[in-house]
Formats: sequence, structure tokens, C-alpha cells
Amino acid sequence: MTRKNQRIALIVGGLSFLGVAAGLVLTAFEDSVVFFFSPTELQAKPIDPEQRIRVGGLVEEGSVARGPADAEVRFNVTDGNSSLTIRYVGILPDLFREGQGIVAQGRMQNAMFQADEVLAKHDENYMPKEVADALKKEGHWKDGEPPAASGSRPSAGGDS
Amino acid sequence: MHRFANPTRFFRLANTVLPVLAAVTAVLFASGLYYGLFDSPPDYQQGDTVRIMYVHVPAAWAAMACYATMALAGASFLIWKHILADLAARAAAPIGAGFTLIALVTGSLWGQPMWGTWWVWDARLTSVLILFFLYLGYIALVNAFDDPDRGGRAGAVLALVGAVNLPIIKFSVDWWNTLHQPASVLRMDGPSIAPEMLLPLLLMAGAYFALFGVMMILRIRSLYAGRRLRQLRLAAASE
Repeated sequence: MTRKNQRIALIVGGLSFLGVAAGLVLTAFEDSVVFFFSPTELQAKPIDPEQRIRVGGLVEEGSVARGPADAEVRFNVTDGNSSLTIRYVGILPDLFREGQGIVAQGRMQNAMFQADEVLAKHDENYMPKEVADALKKEGHWKDGEPPAASGSRPSAGGDS
Repeated sequence: MHRFANPTRFFRLANTVLPVLAAVTAVLFASGLYYGLFDSPPDYQQGDTVRIMYVHVPAAWAAMACYATMALAGASFLIWKHILADLAARAAAPIGAGFTLIALVTGSLWGQPMWGTWWVWDARLTSVLILFFLYLGYIALVNAFDDPDRGGRAGAVLALVGAVNLPIIKFSVDWWNTLHQPASVLRMDGPSIAPEMLLPLLLMAGAYFALFGVMMILRIRSLYAGRRLRQLRLAAASE
């Protein structure tokens, strides 16, 4: 083997080791790398009520209720399998609406999620308003899931 | 490929390509910015804010392509020890850092109105911030040695180690839950973006990549001149 080939082998070998190591580390820290949990994932894990966590999913259709306090809002967040009620006092982002993906940060309290921050997720679909309206009219629009499905992919919980 | 490791031959080609590439850059930026900012439809959800995409997304693509170029040039320098490979890696670093900064800043400006926050520590945003720090670390490292060859070798190793970050950036939105949305253009089942919005996006991507090429040629040329100057100074000092 010439010195040049040795150097190539060293670089390729070193990079593969590094790739495997990075993969193992990221798999081990899966829980810290994910930005939010889905309601189903939350049910399956023990939660310390003191711990601040993020939960994400789609705002369930017809679940948004205002009051009783000023700027208080309650809504359910769902990932298709299970849903969780969220209570939030404050100003919601512009993109917040039923069927939209959101991420809420806060604590679990008596089976209800007390959020102190609500962020809107938008999805990977971009189109002019007329196209969106036409799709809705033609009935190709699947309300509730896509195009806002990126809020929580069902596979996200399965491969952990 | 090895034919162009000869600086004379490389610069003869580069000097012919440069004016053409510069003209292409100007035309693509002018048309891309016009289509993107004035002549493309607003998004059904995001309205006019979606126009940030035409600046943000190509900058992020260019930032990653630039890092891949830097890592490949670094690997070629380690293997074949061509001086032009080292100069190409050094030339790419500040350009890539600039693209990464554009992507981070415009992303932040986009996140505030759409998500409701300037910054979150999700996997996509954090891995791009790490990309920015890798560029800065590379620039600091290659310039920390008196002997440019040793600096180039150390930098090449850092660039190769950091290349692990590239697939993490690309697939972070698929592997983990993130606030950042998944890919719209480079995805398995075709683009999920309307054609009249895809066209300005691709024009802008072409503009960024052409600009990358122009800046690479200019920087390699000036770095090479700097090397020659150093050699002449050393020769004059030893006489």
C-alpha cells in the first residue's frame, strides 16, 4: 500500500468511526435532542410535575375555548392517537388556529398541561391562497392531518 | 482533476470563467429577487412573510455546500498535498461562515412572526449554529500556525471531523421532533411547494451558488498571491 492509499484509508476509516460514534451519542441522548413530546409519548413516560417539558401536536378541531380569566385559553392537542388539554394565559401566535401544529412549554398539573409559552409550527407546504382554496373546494384537503401533519409524525414515537 | 492542481493551468481557466460567472450571478440575483419579492404569490398561511424564504433557504443550502467543499478540499490536501486544495479549503471558510450567518439571522427574523420566537434550541437550529462555530474554529485554527502547511493539515482534520454535522443538519427535521418544519424541496416524494414559488427559490439558489463560485475564485487567487509573496520574502531574507 502506498502512503497515499494509507492516508485515504485513514481518512475513510476515521470518518466512519466518527459517524458511528456520533450516531450512538445522538441515539443515547434522544430525549434531550427532541424538541417536544407528543401526547402519546407523554402518557408512556413518568413525568415529574416540577419539570418543564414541551408537548407538541395539532390543535384539535372545535376544542378551543376562551376564558374564564382574561386572555385564558384552553384547547386540546392531539397526535391522532391521544390528546391532552392545555391551559394557557397570554397572547397566542398569529398562526395559531384549529388544525394547526403547535408546541407548548410548561408543566403537567392534574392531568392538564399548564403552558407558559405556546409556539406555532408551520408545515413544509407552500402555496398561494387561491391554490389552497381550490384544494379545499375540490375536497382534496384533508382537514386535521396534512398539510399540517408535521406537528407530530406518528413515526416519531415508534423509532426511539 | 489533477491537471488543475497546477496553479498556472487553474488560474488560466479560472480567469476565463470569472467574468461569465460574475455576470450570471448578477442576472440571477436580479431576476430571483424580483420574482421572489414582487412577482410571486403570498403564501396561504404565512402571507408575505414567506418571502423571507427566498433569502433564507438558498443561504442555508449554500452554507452546507460550502462546508462540503471545504471538507473535500481538506481531504484532498491531506491525501495529495496539492497546495491549491489547501487554498480552496481556506478560501471556502469565511464565505461559508457568511452564508451561515445570513441563514441564522433571516431564520430568526422569520421565526419571530411565524413561530412566536426568535430562537429555540431545537435540533435544526442548534446544528446550524454548530456549523457556524465550526467555520469560525477552522479560520482560527489554520491561521494559528507559523508554517502554513501545518496549519492547513490541522484545519483539514477539523473540517473532516465537522463534516459529521452535515447529515445531522439535513436530517435533523426527520429524525427528531423539531420546531423547524421538514424539507420542502429536497425530499423523497417531490417538492411540496407551488411551482410559482419554487421558480424564484431555484433562481435565488442559482444566484447564491454562482456568487459562491465567484468569491471562491477571487479568494483562491488572493491567497495564492499571499503565498507567493511569503516565498519571495523568505528567499530574500535567506540571501
